[in-house]
Amino acid sequence: MTNLFLLQLLNGVQLGILLFLVAAGLTLIFGIMDFINIAHGVLYMVGAYLVATFAAMTGTFWLGLLIALPAVVAFGLFLEFFLFRRLYDRSHLDQVLATFGLMLILTEGVRMIWGSSPIFVPVPDALSGSIRLLGIINYPVYRIAIIAAGFAVAIGLYVLISHTRAGMLLRAGASNRPMVSALGVNITWLFAAVFAFGAMLAGFAGAMVAPVLSVDPGMGESVLILAFVVVVIGGIGSVKGAFVAAIVVGVVDTMGRTFGPILLQMVLDPSAASQTGRTLAPMLIYILMALVLAIRPSGLFGRRGAA
Amino acid sequence: MSAASSATEPTAPRVRLLSRTVAASAIFVLMALIPVVSHLSDDPFLTLAFTRILVFAIAALSLDLILGFGALVSFGHAAYVGFGAYAVGVLMRHGVTDIFVQLACAIGLSAVFAAITGAIALRTRGVYFIMITLAFGQMAYFFFTSLSAYGGDDGMSLQNRSTVLGSDVLESNLVLFYVTLGTLVGLYLMATAIVNSRFGRVLQGTREDALRMQAIGFRPFRYQLAAFMIAGCMASVAGVLLANQAEFVSPAYMSWHRSGELIVMVILGGVGTLLGGIVGAVVVLLLEEWLSIFTTHWRMGLGLLLILVVLFSPKGIGGIFERVFGPRK
Repeated sequence: MTNLFLLQLLNGVQLGILLFLVAAGLTLIFGIMDFINIAHGVLYMVGAYLVATFAAMTGTFWLGLLIALPAVVAFGLFLEFFLFRRLYDRSHLDQVLATFGLMLILTEGVRMIWGSSPIFVPVPDALSGSIRLLGIINYPVYRIAIIAAGFAVAIGLYVLISHTRAGMLLRAGASNRPMVSALGVNITWLFAAVFAFGAMLAGFAGAMVAPVLSVDPGMGESVLILAFVVVVIGGIGSVKGAFVAAIVVGVVDTMGRTFGPILLQMVLDPSAASQTGRTLAPMLIYILMALVLAIRPSGLFGRRGAA
Repeated sequence: MSAASSATEPTAPRVRLLSRTVAASAIFVLMALIPVVSHLSDDPFLTLAFTRILVFAIAALSLDLILGFGALVSFGHAAYVGFGAYAVGVLMRHGVTDIFVQLACAIGLSAVFAAITGAIALRTRGVYFIMITLAFGQMAYFFFTSLSAYGGDDGMSLQNRSTVLGSDVLESNLVLFYVTLGTLVGLYLMATAIVNSRFGRVLQGTREDALRMQAIGFRPFRYQLAAFMIAGCMASVAGVLLANQAEFVSPAYMSWHRSGELIVMVILGGVGTLLGGIVGAVVVLLLEEWLSIFTTHWRMGLGLLLILVVLFSPKGIGGIFERVFGPRK
């Protein structure tokens, strides 16, 4: 039981880390540009597909990753320049519609290029196999690497936002955009940079997860909805909130699916427990979100009122 | 929501009302002629296909009620269509075939779900509201996906259509078509009445400025929640009809793609006009049918159209119509 618990805890943290990478970009874009991007999940998907393609082309995962990341950033900048830039001053409804349309186009585009069937990416040799943790469980090295890389990015993000000039501009932009603009900061450049940054984080998440999950055209959507939940729980614009909420959501979701049915067996007979457990488990994080919002409408770390 | 507010500017309201009534009548009469066309062209599929279009017109109409008149961008509206469909499917499985019982269950379930999720979502505004309704919609979707007793992910097909007080008249596609059309007309009239009532005025006032409404002594929350519930119940009626049209029930009815498409229908048709949602449903679904003749990747065409409309015609297809045929001011 302890083994299973530890295993699922690690899986939950790993999911949480991935969610954080996607949600961090979303929350920055919401917070700074007041822009809702339904197509953000597509960048995660594109990251995964590009790594799959480049890894197959070059023969090594690392080279694939090295080429895929700049490619995702370039793609994000391309979208920013041709579409998003025109939507910043529009209503949220217009933004939802246009990015929803973009998501349809890009998802279909991915289907046209790579087909609908899942693609598998081999785990890089250096990180294959598993190691023994605490002497009780075997855990795949690659998954540990994902967790480590995610934490490294989170720390890097913290340093960048709290201790550098660029981060200062980001924070200033999030709290008062016109003022930053009036002080002579090139806001167009700042927005593009935030976008490229968000695209890179999402693309990186997709690229890392490619060897663990199958890469398919639906992967962007499932992660996008979860990332929305994370952003709402954490509070829009707060990267710290996104981190806490992502880990909580990842762990609650993973644990709920495993232990929900087991816990229910204490009060129900086994078949009913597994049925109810499987039905209720996917709803857990939404119930969690509802609870958080009932107490704090602007999320855990949301500073402003629900705007 | 500037796009929403301009639709109800008090410029010559009489003329506007008259022309709208004429337009509505024209659309409904044209719709009523579809089975005739279907019969003459010997294409029975046409009637059934248009029944589906009318069903989505009902759903889009209900969304326009809150989106257009309350500025509540619900991104989980398809969930209510799903509730309606599952009310039919689940009750059928247990031998309850009467459509009125099914309708009552669908409406009851939708009212409860809308009351709970609406009360939470309405604590927030703007982007939060969009994301929360989306998340709750997905919650409902996942709930039915994991309900393996009722088909789970695959959905379940129905043996028969619903009965009306013991009679199986709905088995006829023609009857189902006119029942659906009649429901649409009835709900359109109801929605028009709601919008023009005191309740509707308060809702629109809140859309323009919630603070002012509070200052003159209203509690916007109650009105918004009531509207949210009414819209949900109306959409569930569409779901009941959809299950009967397709004789199939599936969680796919409630996926967020569907919710997105409903918003698209309302926007393309013109927000805050009630008729717009209906027109939008017809246009979007016909476009889907038409594009899918050429390519399996028809979604790309829809996406492209969406982006173009948002960038170049904020008022939707109605806006293009107005621009072409000159402004009547």
